[in-house]
Amino acid sequence: MQVSNTRQIKQLQFGELFFRKGLALSALLLGIILLSIFITILVASLPSIKAIGISFFYGKTWNPVENDFGGLPFLIGTLVTSILALIISVPFSISVGLFLGEYFTKGFLSVFFKNSIELLAAIPSVIYGFVGMFILVPFVRDLETSLSLPPYGVGIFTASIILSIMIIPYSVSLIRQVIMLVPSSLKEAAYSLGATRYEVIKNIIIPYTRSGIGAGILLSLGRALGETMAVTMLIGNSQILPTNIFAPSNTMASVIANEFTEATGDVYLSALIEMGLFLFVVTTIINVIGRQIIKRFSID
Amino acid sequence: MESTILKSENFSAWFGENQVLKKINIEIPRNNIVAVMGPSGCGKTTFIRCVNRMHELTNDTHVEGTIFYTKNDIYKMDPIILRRFIGMVFQRPNPFPTMSIYQNVIAGYTLNGASLRKPEKDELVEDSLKKAALWDEVKDMLHRKGTFLSGGQQQRLCIARALAMKPEILLLDEPTSALDPISTAKIEELLFDLKKNYTLLIVTHNMQQAGRVSDKTAFFYLGELIEYNDTKEIFTNPKNEKTQNYITGRFG
Repeated sequence: MQVSNTRQIKQLQFGELFFRKGLALSALLLGIILLSIFITILVASLPSIKAIGISFFYGKTWNPVENDFGGLPFLIGTLVTSILALIISVPFSISVGLFLGEYFTKGFLSVFFKNSIELLAAIPSVIYGFVGMFILVPFVRDLETSLSLPPYGVGIFTASIILSIMIIPYSVSLIRQVIMLVPSSLKEAAYSLGATRYEVIKNIIIPYTRSGIGAGILLSLGRALGETMAVTMLIGNSQILPTNIFAPSNTMASVIANEFTEATGDVYLSALIEMGLFLFVVTTIINVIGRQIIKRFSID
Repeated sequence: MESTILKSENFSAWFGENQVLKKINIEIPRNNIVAVMGPSGCGKTTFIRCVNRMHELTNDTHVEGTIFYTKNDIYKMDPIILRRFIGMVFQRPNPFPTMSIYQNVIAGYTLNGASLRKPEKDELVEDSLKKAALWDEVKDMLHRKGTFLSGGQQQRLCIARALAMKPEILLLDEPTSALDPISTAKIEELLFDLKKNYTLLIVTHNMQQAGRVSDKTAFFYLGELIEYNDTKEIFTNPKNEKTQNYITGRFG
């Protein structure tokens, strides 16, 4: 078909322009939404920021009845749960990333493994919570009994294990990709010097991909900090500062999910929102740093 | 009579179903520079990658026939050991970007987990860089990253890295194809010096280069060894019509 007359051309140009503006508008809209979420949370936290001040971050007691809002137990709970989950998941992420990125890059089984790991991220959080409750909790309870600890079953340890499984897909997929990006010329140079495969991985691949692996771990930390449903179901929901990794606790996300509906009083509600604001800021910073590292990695 | 250091017998190699080398029989004399030339896709790179068994690192490849390194069948040797006797320099300079110049030179040792004492390392680095004619240019910045060097310097660093392993044979896969003429001249000069202590097998599709640097030349075409003789003979009095056509520029 030939576009011969000017009217048709004008129409096409208009369509083109309209389409482009439409795309720009959608992008802009998302930016506005992000900003308004931030502002809304900020404004809603103001009463709490004014009433509680800086002690929100170091106060050890969270007692809404006495209007005592010290968030430290939840900060510690979040930190310990996430870091423990990272410690459990990182060795697996790196191993699986190496396996799929270096050893087993082609073929049906490789695709199958890769997809199954990515599907782990698609399982709804509440399912992880259920699995944790029915399978992990009895197991941890037995473990606690044999260690002569109070047999709660639920607690930081249980939540961390489930969390570690939930965050694996995020780091594996990035680690696998950066490992596949290692130039084969470098690997060949090492092989030509008489290196074994393990030596190539240890001395060439890992140093070359260090920042990418770091970014993968950071992004999965971002996920771990904000994960709510499964953690809420498994962490035991205690307001007390945890004393060991088997103790029941609460993360910032789980305390919000647990107490939001029953938060009576302006400061109480506002304190929970401030917790959310803080979580939002922390995870945003972690994500930005992670993405910065990835960007730098893909350039050089 | 010169002794033979490398000898292939009816050697064939495949990528999947595709046969890239067809029954190659060749003898490489010690302390010679042998140029392997031919048009793209003739199997010359594959041939030298079989000599240090790098070919088998690619999936779905296989070989038939054998290559002897001195008296040993290389396909019965451990490739890790073999590659310490037979060093390799690649088409594009590939110093390890995470290591300094110093670390690059001794990379072969650190990769294999060998622990050398500081004076040994220093000596090895100086010695290898001198052999690769790079010492004077880099002696004041040994601890900078190797990737800061120019392309030609990087390539000589890679030669130093290979020489540090004290190999007997050095394989060079179009070592100057990514370099400018001045760097190329330097590397060619260097190859001439290296001949005293090493046997060099150099792949090139630059005929002038083959003519300038080598003692013997092998002409490969479509996976076959068409002609192999003293370089002078090949260029002045080629026996085979295909060789003649190639060196007169009728194809290639």
